[in-house]
Amino acid sequence: MIKALNLRKSFRSGDSELHVLKGISFDVKSGEFVAITGRSGSGKSTLMYQLGLLDNPTSGEVYIDGVEATQISADERTKMRLSELGYIFQDYALMPELTALENVLIPLLMQGLTRKDGEKKAAESLERIGLGHRLENTPSQLSGGEQQRVAIARAVAHEPKIIFADEPTANLDSETSQVVLQNFISLNKEGQTILMVTHEPEYANLTDRIITLSDGLIVSDVKLKK
Amino acid sequence: MIRRINQKLSHLQTDLSVGFFLAWRQVKRSSLATTLLIIFVMMLTFLNLVVVRGILVGLLQGSTEAYKARFAGDIILTNLPKKDFIENSPSVIEVAENLPWVEHLTYRYVDGGTVEAGYKTRVSLTDDPNSTAGSVVGINPEVEDRATGLAGTVLEGRYLTPEDSEGILIGANMLKKYLDIEAPGLTLLENVAVGDKVRLTIGDTRKEFVIRGFLQSKVDQVDFRMFILDSTFRNMTGRSDFNVDEVTLVLKPGSDPELAKSALIASGVDKYARVQTWEESLPKFLLDIQNTFGLLGNVVGSIGLVVASITIFIVIFVNAITRKKYIGILKGIGIDSTALEFTYVMQSAFYAVAGTLLGLLVLYGFLVPFVTAHPIKFPFSDGILVAEIPNTLVRAGLLLLATLIAGYIPARIVVKQNTLDAILGRK
Ligand SMILES: Nc1ncnc2c1ncn2[C@@H]1O[C@H](COP(=O)(O)OP(=O)(O)OP(=O)(O)O)[C@@H](O)[C@H]1O
Ligand SMILES: [Mg+2]
Repeated sequence: MIKALNLRKSFRSGDSELHVLKGISFDVKSGEFVAITGRSGSGKSTLMYQLGLLDNPTSGEVYIDGVEATQISADERTKMRLSELGYIFQDYALMPELTALENVLIPLLMQGLTRKDGEKKAAESLERIGLGHRLENTPSQLSGGEQQRVAIARAVAHEPKIIFADEPTANLDSETSQVVLQNFISLNKEGQTILMVTHEPEYANLTDRIITLSDGLIVSDVKLKK
Repeated sequence: MIRRINQKLSHLQTDLSVGFFLAWRQVKRSSLATTLLIIFVMMLTFLNLVVVRGILVGLLQGSTEAYKARFAGDIILTNLPKKDFIENSPSVIEVAENLPWVEHLTYRYVDGGTVEAGYKTRVSLTDDPNSTAGSVVGINPEVEDRATGLAGTVLEGRYLTPEDSEGILIGANMLKKYLDIEAPGLTLLENVAVGDKVRLTIGDTRKEFVIRGFLQSKVDQVDFRMFILDSTFRNMTGRSDFNVDEVTLVLKPGSDPELAKSALIASGVDKYARVQTWEESLPKFLLDIQNTFGLLGNVVGSIGLVVASITIFIVIFVNAITRKKYIGILKGIGIDSTALEFTYVMQSAFYAVAGTLLGLLVLYGFLVPFVTAHPIKFPFSDGILVAEIPNTLVRAGLLLLATLIAGYIPARIVVKQNTLDAILGRK
């Protein structure tokens, strides 16, 4: 489903070069729920950006469903993000002037759905996440947890092949975090492939597999038996 | 090939509808005060674009319309270049009167003359006389008034009556009290009042008159002239052949002056008189000023257009830059750059269209009718507001175009930025 091959990413600052990813290779199968952990600064977010086609690696390859994605045009990558990937950001990243329903609707409209079909699908996606009663509220009228769940609904409404979530519960209290996590787990049960960065071992343990980064390299890759 | 074009088109349609969706919600949910302020600025810009030129042109148009109404009518006949008057005037007038389009016709005798006041109290012959020179016009007061409303220009005193062979009307610009300018060689009548006696000299003939009134119309052909009865004029100058100097034709509403002119020429009137439509007879300097004012109006309008563009540029730029993170996120979740650019272009279009519509309402609903009812009093004309609809629409179109470009550029600048940098708020 998604495959990283010898990914490297360096940043140049003045004369020195900072190597953040130092050759990362791994493979995620369809339907897997993978947690990525590691200390702060180990390169987790940087890795997510490369895999999620938000950034270009210095070298290495990213395959999404067999397509090598680092060499294609910016437009093609945008199209790929739209139709095959889903994002959940730490700070929810919802449009403040749009209602919950409209936030979920936007990428669906962009995929060419009609307003009516899009709204139906967006509402379904929100209902699935337990927010059927909040369709018409704007982000400022929702709690942090609810906002994050709208973001999840937006990320999965178009049935992407993979969803990326970078510390989705970092801004939430533990109770709300549990709800969000349960959402991920049930999505995964329905077959959704998920890559999630988390600091919490407790949450990582709920996934199928834990990849640990340290200083830009994978130091452990453990499949959990359930 | 066709399939690819179709694909492109449907993609563009998607971009447009997503752009519209986002634009409309941004406008709808942004602060009402801000939206109204921007629309207000656009309205002012539109009015600036139309009204400044409209008043400059209208100022001259007020002047040319007065020239037409008070002097030239629709068609004016004058003497041929090498003649002193219109030969065969009675038959010329008869031909003109019988044209089907003619509603009113008036004729005038014109000659140079000198008018002197205060000659009875003048002590010494070496003192400068209180006099001024100008055109003396012989008219039939009733006929003239029907054609040009001359009686309506009386500023002081009263109009001439048909039997008043002693009476004279004097244009305001021949009097010091109404035209208070000092120019070398220019002498004006001083200390004269309605009822005073004046002495009028035409050629060798001199006659005493009583001032009946002063005229003011902002048309030189009234304000710089003196009017007496046509019969008196003929007696003074010996023009017993009834040959006149000017014939003014006022046509029925809706008639084409060119048509009437052709008919006059076809009847051979041009052998005795110069036949001109009122526009052709306008003094060249008026046309020059009119063109200059039009140009000036366009310059001011262009500046207004630039100001509007800058306003929209700043509005959209600030709007887009403060939403940079959201633009990044939208790009991150796969929204096209084109759709995002449309979002801002449509917002500027919305402001421009709303401002223009409001401006049109103010212009045609209030300004034009108001200024028409209450012309702006300029010294040399009663200015009106000229806003021809095609011209106004062209300006509205220009404003829209300028706004679209001014909205597109900042949108493009912000949308083009690196997606990840925008999301993370870097740089
Ligand atoms: N654009 C950049 N320019 C320079 N250095 C960068 C840039 N982006 C990331 N880094 C550096 O790369 C390293 C890894 O950053 P990254 O955000 O991937 O860490 P992380 O594992 O996600 O940490 P955290 O748990 O704190 O989110 C950090 O030292 C960071 O300073
Ligand atoms: Mg991080």
